[in-house]
Amino acid sequence: MAKHTLIAYVEDVPGVLNRVASLFRRRNFNIDSLTVGGTDQPGVSRLTVVVDTTEAGARIVEANLYKLVNVLRVDDLTHKASLTRELGLVKIKVSPETRAQVLQLVEVFRARVVDVDEKTITVEVTGTPEKIAKFELIVRPYGIVEMVRTGAVSMARGHEPVSSAPPLVRTAADHHHDTSGISMSV
Amino acid sequence: MKLTGAEIIWECLQKEGVDVVFGYPGGAILPTYDAMTKYSKIHHVLVRHEQGATHMADGYARASGRVGVAIATSGPGATNMVTGIATAMMDSSPIVCITGQVGSKAIGTDAFQETDVTGVTLPITKHNYLVTKPGDIARAIREAFYIAQSGRPGPVLVDITKDAQQMTCEFDWEAAAPRLPGYRPTHRAPSSEFARAAELINSAKRPLILAGQGILKSGTTAEVLKLAKTAGIPITTTLLGIGVIPASSPFNLGMMGMHGEAWVNEAIQQADLLIALGMRFDDRVTGNLKTYALNAKKIHVDIDPTEINKNVPVDVALIGDLREVLAEIQPQVKKADHAEWWATINASRGDAAVRDIQSLPDSGHLYAAHVINDLWRLTQKRDTIVVTDVGQHQMWEAQYFRHEKPRSLITSGGLGTMGFALPAAIGAKFACPEKDVWVVVGDGGFQMTSCELATAEQEGIKVNVAIINNSFLGMVRQWQEFFYDKRYAATPMTGPDFVKLAEAYRLKGLRCNKRGDVKATVEKTLAAKETVVIDFVVEKEDSVFPMVPAGADLDKMIRRPKQDVMLESGSDKEWEMPGSTLPNVFAEAKAEAKALNGRGKAARASGPARKTPKSAKSNRR
Ligand SMILES: Cc1cc2nc3c(=O)[nH]c(=O)nc-3n(C[C@H](O)[C@H](O)[C@H](O)COP(=O)(O)OP(=O)(O)OC[C@H]3O[C@@H](n4cnc5c(N)ncnc54)[C@H](O)[C@@H]3O)c2cc1C
Ligand SMILES: Cc1ncc(C[n+]2csc(CCOP(=O)(O)OP(=O)(O)O)c2C)c(N)n1
Ligand SMILES: [Mg+2]
Repeated sequence: MAKHTLIAYVEDVPGVLNRVASLFRRRNFNIDSLTVGGTDQPGVSRLTVVVDTTEAGARIVEANLYKLVNVLRVDDLTHKASLTRELGLVKIKVSPETRAQVLQLVEVFRARVVDVDEKTITVEVTGTPEKIAKFELIVRPYGIVEMVRTGAVSMARGHEPVSSAPPLVRTAADHHHDTSGISMSV
Repeated sequence: MKLTGAEIIWECLQKEGVDVVFGYPGGAILPTYDAMTKYSKIHHVLVRHEQGATHMADGYARASGRVGVAIATSGPGATNMVTGIATAMMDSSPIVCITGQVGSKAIGTDAFQETDVTGVTLPITKHNYLVTKPGDIARAIREAFYIAQSGRPGPVLVDITKDAQQMTCEFDWEAAAPRLPGYRPTHRAPSSEFARAAELINSAKRPLILAGQGILKSGTTAEVLKLAKTAGIPITTTLLGIGVIPASSPFNLGMMGMHGEAWVNEAIQQADLLIALGMRFDDRVTGNLKTYALNAKKIHVDIDPTEINKNVPVDVALIGDLREVLAEIQPQVKKADHAEWWATINASRGDAAVRDIQSLPDSGHLYAAHVINDLWRLTQKRDTIVVTDVGQHQMWEAQYFRHEKPRSLITSGGLGTMGFALPAAIGAKFACPEKDVWVVVGDGGFQMTSCELATAEQEGIKVNVAIINNSFLGMVRQWQEFFYDKRYAATPMTGPDFVKLAEAYRLKGLRCNKRGDVKATVEKTLAAKETVVIDFVVEKEDSVFPMVPAGADLDKMIRRPKQDVMLESGSDKEWEMPGSTLPNVFAEAKAEAKALNGRGKAARASGPARKTPKSAKSNRR
């Protein structure tokens, strides 16, 4: 079992998120995180799904995603050079004594202070999910009042070929070196 | 042309070539029913329960290969369809369900008869639509028909709000062409895979073709037989594959799986190559996945990529339409006869081969197997579709009725839906009015949807209903006998006087409780003009053999009693449990299957061994 990061491009129609989420439940896969947002193309949304499964399991998820009528394309970034980012907001309890220490940690993590009052500091931290987890671990002793994470978003680096066909039927022709050439008009 | 949404629905159905729809009216679909009066080319069949409408659409689709259509109102009308939709989904049957929905402004207010039908049916449809504007109706229906019948077929539901049915808009069929950028109905395997598959076939010593419903869907009976003949490969079918290979073909070994032929399951375990054609390795087919066909390489041909490696890891996957795949592979296959392999299989057929129960002397008892085998003999010369329900009678039908043609057996395999048979048969009769349609149904399942007798009567159509009446939920009783020490909890079952029930519906009712009367009863049934219900009163505690207990190894079957009970009934006969200890058949199987996929909790060590052998089986009541 390992974490697999899948990107799904979906038609932006009502219920599409429900369809994707329902698929994971129905096929008995656990979603670690799921984020959804817009893309540069109108009518197309992009999902990043992190799922804990085996390699074979990831292929099954991928094939099932392709089977959804509103899913345009799926990429598994797990074994590709890729960028993954997540944002966390952490409200940390501080006292006059600990304030400086916390600010120092914020500095080390290249996080940003976004709000301060007499009892708390709220910090915005971006980076890999691991980095955010680490930050959480380090500031926990000071007391976390509230915390939220967005879930990961990912993107392949450079001109990595992406496929437009489900696993097992991919051929060289399915790998488009120029991603902008893929038509995803809705 | 300006039309109301309701009129657009009928225009679209007409353009899609629909000649019959099965439905039930109600408030939210009333505008559509009102508009129906203008469209006399489409015949509407008023069902007695919306579940029946979906099964009829399903039966129509399975008999004809065309899309079946069912219509219902919102709320309870739509939720009554759920069982039928799930049934069609599991067996990849192309149906389109149209449901009325409350007005678009009322959605989300818990309005009268409001149900989130697209939500409810999301996991049991291939796709579904909620349409709130008349201008979106045509495209949704066109896409629904396209999706339902392309690629791996399946049910599609279109939920249309009442106001969308009432409002008018411009109807433009051309402009409503499907636009489905993400829909990939079919695929093509890379040619390298074909070469690998051919290599496996040409080097195999003990190959076996597993023939499934995909052959029926793609209409490739001739192509599969050609492959088998070229390379001398025996064929076995799944339950839903019955009929795709003629029972009389020397290549056809019979059915595989839980109630398949013993020699077939043994052959699967001994084979060195399985060529799976349009079948999905259902757990009723594989038994214990951990020990399934360990000696065999596997080639899996399926149109649906999600089926590959789902249950059984395969060596070569040829994803695509069977017709195309077979056309490409056939020229690469070398001639062979595999005489040795055939000899091995024929040896294990032994005395079990050709269960010619016809020649058994009449013991004075009526056995379901006899009824079904006689039914086959008596209808052999006629063009017959048999629609079965779910239970023991379904398995006996699969074993004792010899199907020669695709689409001559219609049965609920994947969902195993009791109550399927009668409505599905009515649907099949509408698809093929020139054929005889027989229903083989248990006394339990018949009582689930027997109200549709009224539909048959009102429509004046003839289906022949053979109730295999054992006064039990027989299949469950059998499990209780085998695995629960004969504690018959909630399986003994009474029913109405089926003859009188038929008569109450102004139909013909017949009863038969002697083997010698079967022939005359069947002849009377065929001679009658109307729907006939026959109450075949059969032996109560008869069991289906052989049987692979759920989750057990495929070749560890509970075998047919040494001395056939049908020969000499009334006396206690030993039946054999498989030699090895059985796994805890009710809990372990799923966990193991998941562990094999590497996605699920690790399989637990197999549970406590079951008591074996079992006590004697009594045939007395
Ligand atoms: C009481 C009971 C007992 C049963 N016992 C048995 C038993 O002993 N043996 C048995 O076999 N079954 C048994 N079944 C049925 C079993 O549950 C399954 O329904 C059945 O095995 C499925 O058969 P299938 O895989 O051929 O069909 P389906 O489930 O319909 O699968 C067909 C496959 O073909 C693919 N396909 C469709 N179209 C194409 C195409 N054009 N090209 C390529 N591929 C295509 C589909 O994607 C799908 O994967 C039993 C059911 C019940 C209710
Ligand atoms: C709707 C539904 N409920 C329950 C079951 C479980 N089940 C499978 S077979 C069976 C018994 C069927 O009895 P009957 O219709 O009399 O047929 P028989 O097995 O006696 O031939 C039952 C209850 C089912 N398959 N479908
Ligand atoms: Mg019964």
